[in-house]
Amino acid sequence: MSTETASNTGAPTTPVGKAADYLDQRTSIGVAVKEFARKVFPDHWSFMLGEMALFSFVVLLLSGVFLTMFFDPSMALVEYHGAGPETMQGQLMSTAFASTLDLSFDVRGGLLMRQIHHWAALVFMASIVVHMMRVFFTGAFRKPREINWLVGTVLLILGLLAGFSGYSLPDDVLSGNGLRITDGVIKSIPVIGSYMSYMVFGGEFPGEHIIPRLFTIHILLVPALILALIGLHLFLMVLHKHTQYPGGGRTDKNVVGYPLFPVYVAKMGGNFFIVFGILALMGATMSINNVWNYGPYDPSPVGAGAQPDWYMLFLEGSLRLMPGAGTEWVIFGYTLSLNVLIPAVVIPGLLFTFLFAYPFIEAKVTGDKREHHVLDRPRNVPVRTGLGVAFLTAFIILALAGSNDLIATHFAMSLNQITWAFRILFFVGPVFAFWVTKRICLSLQRKDRELVLHGHETGRIVRFANGEYIEVHRPLDEQERWLRVNYDAHRPLEIEPATDARGVKRRGYKSDKRWQKLSRFFYEDRVEPVTPAELAAAHSHGEHDEIAPAAHTSEVTSGTDTVDRER
Amino acid sequence: MTPPRVGADADPEPLHHPPRDEDIFVKALAARRHHRAAPVVLMLLALLLTGGVYAVLAPSSATADTASTANDVEEGERLFQANCATCHGPDAEGTSEAPSLVGVGAAAVDFQVSTGRMPMQANGPQALQKPRQMDEEQTAQLAAYVASLGPGPEIPTDEMVDAEAGDASNGALIFRTNCAMCHNAVGAGGALSEGKFAPALYDVSERNIYQAMATGPQSMPVFNDATITPDEKRDVIAYLVEQRDGSAGGLSLGSLGPVSEGLWAWVVGLGLMIGAAVWIGAKSS
Repeated sequence: MSTETASNTGAPTTPVGKAADYLDQRTSIGVAVKEFARKVFPDHWSFMLGEMALFSFVVLLLSGVFLTMFFDPSMALVEYHGAGPETMQGQLMSTAFASTLDLSFDVRGGLLMRQIHHWAALVFMASIVVHMMRVFFTGAFRKPREINWLVGTVLLILGLLAGFSGYSLPDDVLSGNGLRITDGVIKSIPVIGSYMSYMVFGGEFPGEHIIPRLFTIHILLVPALILALIGLHLFLMVLHKHTQYPGGGRTDKNVVGYPLFPVYVAKMGGNFFIVFGILALMGATMSINNVWNYGPYDPSPVGAGAQPDWYMLFLEGSLRLMPGAGTEWVIFGYTLSLNVLIPAVVIPGLLFTFLFAYPFIEAKVTGDKREHHVLDRPRNVPVRTGLGVAFLTAFIILALAGSNDLIATHFAMSLNQITWAFRILFFVGPVFAFWVTKRICLSLQRKDRELVLHGHETGRIVRFANGEYIEVHRPLDEQERWLRVNYDAHRPLEIEPATDARGVKRRGYKSDKRWQKLSRFFYEDRVEPVTPAELAAAHSHGEHDEIAPAAHTSEVTSGTDTVDRER
Repeated sequence: MTPPRVGADADPEPLHHPPRDEDIFVKALAARRHHRAAPVVLMLLALLLTGGVYAVLAPSSATADTASTANDVEEGERLFQANCATCHGPDAEGTSEAPSLVGVGAAAVDFQVSTGRMPMQANGPQALQKPRQMDEEQTAQLAAYVASLGPGPEIPTDEMVDAEAGDASNGALIFRTNCAMCHNAVGAGGALSEGKFAPALYDVSERNIYQAMATGPQSMPVFNDATITPDEKRDVIAYLVEQRDGSAGGLSLGSLGPVSEGLWAWVVGLGLMIGAAVWIGAKSS
């Protein structure tokens, strides 16, 4: 009797079903599962870049937990005797360095874990940058996603902080040099610099506090903040729904794609294992940060090729490019180290300000308050694309300048000349890159226009009875046309006049005027999408294109062949 | 009348023989001829071919084999007049082109000549290593002549440069403080100003390492026996010999530090991952 009722009400019979039912009756989790399993995600490889960062972070957490089991962030001095390299035996070093050697050579799998952790850190930052590039160039930061862009940029900075604090933990010569530069940068801040340096290092550099402090920052503070912000980042992503690339049937009001379950779960799961596999492969085959090569920290030596990890290389380059002579001023007995302040504080400050402010500036000069869920093709917003490329150019030039010694040795060039070339390029390069990119974008837009109006070239040349030759064009299909005509070519802002109807000066006119000027910079040069009227006009005058080859016409299939094949 | 067959067992060819491998290959080639990447592939092949042919046919340097004579100094002077005097002067007292060799010692001559740096081939930021021009005997004769001009560092004995007898750990300390700022922490080399550089030390012989420290060739400072004692020099040699086997952890990536690591993180890490993402993304559409 009771079994019959159970089957009638559709109660689960399998063990898995029963367990799920048990859970659902107590947590109502079924609602969430139903919601998420049916959630639709649009499909594109570039939407997996953020996933790559997320999965690298998971690998960082897993390998990092392993490392904390064996690492000892103590500055106590010890004499090393262990399974490490011959060249380290009997040397005096901090316990932090010795435990790094121990976990690399005495702990089973320790070196593998350390290398996976470090490679994962480099890849984590790299995938964040690539993900940001995708978001920037496709305009995915527009309303309603501005806040999520800010969250992402804060995540980037936290990633830098995590990398920097972790890199310094082994207390080796190389990372010690990095800390020394940090100390110099902090001290270059006017008035409060020296006090801040004493606060950070707990006294004069290097002191005995910095490694334990960095350890706490690295394993507790920063990862907790990153986790919380990743949660917020993903929550906002789900809330806003994912953006999609333009295409037939895709609008700001729908999402075209596959449901999370099973398609996306399979894809995401697969991608996780691929990311983990690649990082494990790198950790197993490629050595990274062999601290025993550099030796335990000692404030006196500096090795050739002393550089930070790649994501900090732009700061190193900025410092290397700054001329030293004449840039350190003494004012009333106080030193103003512009030679450090400008490259290490002002330049990165400008770069990050650009990242934080850009979505709001663009929204303001566009005067656009609508929500956007369909992405822009980069060509359709030429100035944004140009600014992005200019930003990347500046970043890459600084990173290369930070590697100037290796460029000199590997390409047999003069270090001094390279430095001068980069000094000039840092100012000229971004401007040039902006100009070239903007022009390329405009040309691509014109090409799209041309294509929409006239169709594809077919290579079919037709001769009429009167001797006229034409090439037959094949019109675009609907999907192709949709992609090329559905975009907004924004116009510069129009502002209210300086005085109102009664001739009274309007408040805020000057500010409006400035924004209008910026808006002109953005949208003065533009290529409008083809309108239906233009399309119709193009078709009517091009009607003869569609004449089928008849008996009185002769057809030539290859462009160069002019022989009349009709006999 | 058909001519008689030459091969008794030569069957007439079947009319419809199956396509041979070559045919398939040729057809495939013909089909891909217009592929977008074809010019690039062709260009790469042409470059490879040119490079390969050059490598095979490039003129190899001539080797001299002169017989030795009894008096090394005398013979050394003759070699000096023939090969070195143009720049270093007829009495080895130097000119505006090159320094005086009085008092540089046999070690300096042995270092410069046995590594091919001298006689110098062309002016540049610094004299480059190249295949040696003087054989061992001639080098010894030149060294004997220059040593006779004034006292200087002598060529070290085999025992003085024996890495087995050195303490690599102490060598690491000395190297880190005195050498790593130019030569990199493990001797992978580094840049100096105006196109000069500190060379990589992996392939430098133990004797030459010692001589370089004792004589300070080109931009390198002299580390005399008061600064770094002969025993300590041997420790440095032991440290450098230790580096020849590479380091734990897999491929060394040039031991160049974070820049090369970052480069490989982008190329291998991001390269593979983006490739995989494109693959996953492509499957559905």
